[in-house]
Amino acid sequence: MKLAKTLMASVVIAAGLGGVALAQDDKVTIGVSVPAATHGWTGGVNYFAQQAITRLSETYPNVEFVFASSPDSPKQIADIEDMVSTRGIDALVILPGDPDAMTSAIKQVKDAGKFVTVVDRQLSIDGVENLYVAGDNPGLGANAAEYIKSALPDGGNVVILRGLPIPIDQQRFDGFMGSIEGSNIMVLENQFANWNRDDGFRVMQDFLTRFPEIDAVWTQDDDISLGAIEAIKQAGREDEMFVVGGAGMQQIIQAVANGDPLTPVDVSYSPAMIATAIELTTSHFTGGIQVAGRYILDSTLITKDNAEQFLDADSPF
Amino acid sequence: MSVSAPEIPAKTTSRFKWDLKTIGPLAALALLVLLGITLNENFLTYNNITNVLARSSFIGIIAIGATFVITAGGLDLSVGSMAAVIAGVMIMVMNWLIPVFGIGWGVILAGMAAGVLLGGVAGVGNGIMITRGRIEAFIVTLGTMGIFRSLVTFLADGGTLSLNFQVADVYRPVYYNGFLGVPYPILVFALVAIAGEVVMRRTAFGRHCAAIGSNEQVARYSSINVDNVRLITYILQGVLVAVAVLLYVPRLGSASSTTGVLWELEAIAAVIIGGTTLKGGYGRVWGTVAGVIILGLIGNILNLQSFISPYLNGAFQGVIIILAVLLQRPKRAS
Repeated sequence: MKLAKTLMASVVIAAGLGGVALAQDDKVTIGVSVPAATHGWTGGVNYFAQQAITRLSETYPNVEFVFASSPDSPKQIADIEDMVSTRGIDALVILPGDPDAMTSAIKQVKDAGKFVTVVDRQLSIDGVENLYVAGDNPGLGANAAEYIKSALPDGGNVVILRGLPIPIDQQRFDGFMGSIEGSNIMVLENQFANWNRDDGFRVMQDFLTRFPEIDAVWTQDDDISLGAIEAIKQAGREDEMFVVGGAGMQQIIQAVANGDPLTPVDVSYSPAMIATAIELTTSHFTGGIQVAGRYILDSTLITKDNAEQFLDADSPF
Repeated sequence: MSVSAPEIPAKTTSRFKWDLKTIGPLAALALLVLLGITLNENFLTYNNITNVLARSSFIGIIAIGATFVITAGGLDLSVGSMAAVIAGVMIMVMNWLIPVFGIGWGVILAGMAAGVLLGGVAGVGNGIMITRGRIEAFIVTLGTMGIFRSLVTFLADGGTLSLNFQVADVYRPVYYNGFLGVPYPILVFALVAIAGEVVMRRTAFGRHCAAIGSNEQVARYSSINVDNVRLITYILQGVLVAVAVLLYVPRLGSASSTTGVLWELEAIAAVIIGGTTLKGGYGRVWGTVAGVIILGLIGNILNLQSFISPYLNGAFQGVIIILAVLLQRPKRAS
């Protein structure tokens, strides 16, 4: 009984002190929620998020970050609920693994009066987030298509290796097809390769069996590219075609910089966008800067000439 | 006291039905080959056949191990994650040892040894917890599946572990080259399959597996060391996962948290398609081989046609798997 009373008293005192501290120091807590590193790109997201948090914590001692990396949507929802109820966050920066499944949970955070920043993946209803930071998915497709058109002025055959059947993939695909339309480029076939090297290898092997003439391969992701390249080399057809990927993996950018004819270009879609989002959100609280709105990072065409500026020896992706 | 191998469980009423049950996987395989031939003229080319068989060989070698585990009434869900960890550790070991051995086969053989050792240890771990710890195989291997998967993500720091390019060049032929035109992965798969069939049919160990899976108590009373036989099936499974990885690493020279995802389900599906009973007691290694090739061909055929939308790939796979098992279901006595 005595113990219980002591405990209760200390909780009350602690809560009181906490409240006072909050009022006096303007302490700000920002929650950062990202999907677990299930493939190269999300691995990069985790790396750049933690790097930004370390850097900003040093710069702004009054800003505290709560970081969570979740393997699936239910866990990610649980994580942000915990951030609101037990960690008392003031803002949430979230890259939703599956935006459709997460929309209502994120809306609840917004309804609780928190500042919400959504990264990369559009929620299924508009107006939930204060700030939206993303790469240009239709642009990623369109830029790849523009390059393929310019590299094959007399027309040619293209095969497409797609990612997973989620909205991002569809936006990229539509962007690509929209740009290809009306040109003399022929799209032979498209198949899902799940943003995965092994699947890229498998699907490309079968495309090589099926089509005797392929001039270009659009994989829209560098993990898929690496698998597809091995399949092309195995078939000894590396002189016949080139591969355009996406996302800007270091290994591919290095090949672009070296002038590898198999990977003449890449299209950027950097996982570092999570760092941009965390920076912007933090500056809203520390500097009172207006950041609400939509912030779309260009999906730039990386060529031999500008590859140098995309190389980062420390990046795990 | 000895235990005779349990016969095929179904007491069929006619000779024809018995045949259909036996040849079920082969019939499904033949149908798929016919479908492939009609869909694409390149289907039967040397390149396509070797492509499909070589990339099926990883699942194939793992599934032969799974045939023993399942026949003895067990289950191993951890094989896919285990493959990823073994691949990751092998790559790290090889990269570390380059300063010691230099670029060459010394490094690769050391990496291979480390891989097989790790596979064996992982199998011992699973087996000990199941047989000595008396925990359900499903739970133990579900747990180790998560542990191995996180471990490879941790080792790769969320990214990808890549083998040193020069070592990869030396190692590459193990996947891409072959003997007399047959790629090495297919040769190894064939050797493991033949050895597995002999062990299952002709040795006391194979018969003990079937006896335990059929009725554990009776097996125990027949003085079979149930725990040891089970333990050996898990060790065998671990070592075979490692053998599969030895052939997988030279293909892309990398491992990440996506390596081997869902391999456990593919291996289990291949075993069941092949006619082994999921609850144990009867195992058929050659059936597993047919099951693996069926799964490989389904993926191949989907990529060689344009009638089925890529959105429906999973549905097509599901239908074929169910059909293959339907062909060999035991008939009820009429």
